[in-house]
Amino acid sequence: MQTTIDSQKKLLSKLQPLIALFVLCMVIGLLSDKFFTVSNFWNVLRQISVNICISTGMTLVVLMAGIDLSVGSVLALSGAVTAGLYKSGIEFPTQNLFVGFTLLGGILAGIVVGGLLGFFNGVAITRFKVPPFVATLAMLTVARGLTMLWTQGFPISGLGKDFAFLGTGWFLGVPVPVWISALVVVLAILLSNKTKIGRYIYAIGGNENAARLSGININRVKVIVYTLAGVLAAVGGLMVTSRLDSAQPNAGTGYELDSIAAVVIGGTSLSGGKGSIGGTVLGAIIIGVLNNGLVLLNVSPFWQQVVKGLVILIAVVIDKANTKNH
Amino acid sequence: MLVADNITKKFSGVTALDRVCLELHEGKVNAILGENGAGKSTLMKILSGVDNDYEGQIVWHAKPTRFQNTKEAQQAGIAIIHQELNLIPYLSITENIFLGQEILTKWGTLHKRRMRDQATVLLQKLRLDIDPATPVQELKVGQQQLVEIAKALLLEPKVIIMDEPTSAITDQEVETLFGIIEELRADNKTIVYISHKLDELFRIADRYIVLRDGKSIESGNIQGMTHDQLIQKMVGREIFIPPPKIILNNQENVLEINGLSLKKPNHKESFILSDISFHLKKGEVLGIFGLMGAGRTELLETIFGLHPTRATGQMYLNGEALHLKSSVEAVRAGLALVPEDRKRDGIVPGMTVSQNISLASLGEQVEKNGFLSNQAESQLAEKYIQELGVKTSSSQQLIKNLSGGNQQKVILGKWLATHPKVLLLDEPTRGIDIHAKSEIYKLILKLAASGLGIIMVSSELPEIFAVSDRVLVLAEGKLTLEMLTQNATEDILLKAAIPKVLQN
Repeated sequence: MQTTIDSQKKLLSKLQPLIALFVLCMVIGLLSDKFFTVSNFWNVLRQISVNICISTGMTLVVLMAGIDLSVGSVLALSGAVTAGLYKSGIEFPTQNLFVGFTLLGGILAGIVVGGLLGFFNGVAITRFKVPPFVATLAMLTVARGLTMLWTQGFPISGLGKDFAFLGTGWFLGVPVPVWISALVVVLAILLSNKTKIGRYIYAIGGNENAARLSGININRVKVIVYTLAGVLAAVGGLMVTSRLDSAQPNAGTGYELDSIAAVVIGGTSLSGGKGSIGGTVLGAIIIGVLNNGLVLLNVSPFWQQVVKGLVILIAVVIDKANTKNH
Repeated sequence: MLVADNITKKFSGVTALDRVCLELHEGKVNAILGENGAGKSTLMKILSGVDNDYEGQIVWHAKPTRFQNTKEAQQAGIAIIHQELNLIPYLSITENIFLGQEILTKWGTLHKRRMRDQATVLLQKLRLDIDPATPVQELKVGQQQLVEIAKALLLEPKVIIMDEPTSAITDQEVETLFGIIEELRADNKTIVYISHKLDELFRIADRYIVLRDGKSIESGNIQGMTHDQLIQKMVGREIFIPPPKIILNNQENVLEINGLSLKKPNHKESFILSDISFHLKKGEVLGIFGLMGAGRTELLETIFGLHPTRATGQMYLNGEALHLKSSVEAVRAGLALVPEDRKRDGIVPGMTVSQNISLASLGEQVEKNGFLSNQAESQLAEKYIQELGVKTSSSQQLIKNLSGGNQQKVILGKWLATHPKVLLLDEPTRGIDIHAKSEIYKLILKLAASGLGIIMVSSELPEIFAVSDRVLVLAEGKLTLEMLTQNATEDILLKAAIPKVLQN
């Protein structure tokens, strides 16, 4: 009897974000006749794909009670590296050597750069015991600086139709970025629920001491997860660069906040151990729909920020109230 | 003076206190006894105003009262010293004592001199000869406890509630504490003393009040009661006391330790453990006894590979040399450690019983083709829930909802699933009630009988005698005694455990 009530309560608190999303959609739909249209539907999904990609990595990090503030800068550098290499290759004047890149080569290079930066985050946090907040804050600055150096502060534009497919193309009636983020989400759900490393992520966030004493290689798990977060930020960078047909040196500024917001609204605890990828996807959708709705309703961008901030606050307050009852 | 009249307290449908009545006698030490979960802490929270949502009433000096918060209770004259110390480590003794009760000058600034003077007086009263400007983090646990008492005394309370005050302090510090309690009693203060340790109660308490399953069972004068009578009232049934075992066949050594030393962090020349050598046989329970600070926990940690940079010496597992650099390697080699602080180092509270059991053996037992198999996991969990008799509504229950004893069984299950060769137990029954204790003892004996080598650190002599075949005694990081438990007496072990400096 007691357990059925408990599980009903649990189910209800799990459904809360879904109910919130539903109510939000209804309200916006009532106020604007442009909201419930097919084109707007794909529009919203395409817009949030980048955030979903980044937030998936962020969720894994936050589940371990970590944080990654560098995702926005990593996104910018990866995008710029891909764009630069694909467009004009790289020259080594001393060796009198020029290396050109195919599209795939450029993409891989961008992803490797994202992974490397994430790997450095992981090493700083595990090997040198720098708190994640500080390590990734440093990376935020370093990667942004490297982006400026690489681009000389100018956008790298004119990347061609093939590359544009990633961000603007359609496949089987669905925008390509939506396919990419859906694939990322499915893989991440598999990773977090069905694999050893996923379980270790939850264990580390739930009680790092107990996880270590259980013989789990904590440092390895952490390095892998931060590397993954870097890779996913790079994937986001590819989509952004492709959609704009241009790698902007200041791309991705503030994206870490949107992604942390998605994670938190999705019910993942910043102290680790509790949460899910699915929740984060919902969180990202809620933020996306809110953004879209506020634009459709002609709310000034300044008020949009205020509303977004309040939504995050309310989401956390509700979440706290829920956990208190358990 | 203080009477609780039919107090009932429910937590979301579960009754924690069921029409509890009790009466405190003024100027006496009133001991509250009961197993874990009997409702002691809940009752104390109500008496001290932490919790004001209950049925029934409290009568304070013949007046029905309901304390709305701790402040009201404090003003009425009831102070509580919680089991976990609530001091702020970076602040000084004075600052901690006056936290929330600061004395101000007429300018509204802190009146440091007066606070310091009062703190000095309080410390003298408690015979704590330390500069009150010392930061609390530099004090030993027992001294911190005294600071807590000083903090309570500042308000000149009539009733002082002490919740398990001796759970973390050394025997010497216990003596000091008892001296202080006697003085307080002489001052006509009323003491409420909560403890598991019956021996202490016989020494210090005047009256006893037994709680069981949230009900008040009996109260009376402690004089004339026997140990066993009290236990039976607490538990409500006879306790199984494991028979002493007298087997020590010529089994081979599973673990050998040779010249093990451990340096103190940041001190190149001083040692926490020095030159320790011993062996462990298959199927043997080796007890390690020592006082607080003797290096017991550190010994287990070092064996488990947690201090690779500071440790020296050799270790052989089944004759093969081991050089463990981390707990990862220790587990892989076949070692298992059940840590002392279950909550901090043992359980992952937000995970289910099943997930806690499988945590250390996911790769070997649960993973199939790179993915976790739900079926394999639940089979594993069910197996150890059955084998160890874990009381849980299901394997999907969160471990934090289990009692301490059952949590400990889950931790044991986690290690058994790794098929270890050596099991290291650090205070395996700390914070576990008497009934669950004897179940854990039975399990330890059963595991040893199945051929596992077990090293058990304990600060409780009865525990050493209950399960160990052989006992080692540590004092100040040195091995001072090794003998068969059947030849040992409490006297011999205690003498070996007391540091030489203190004996003179």
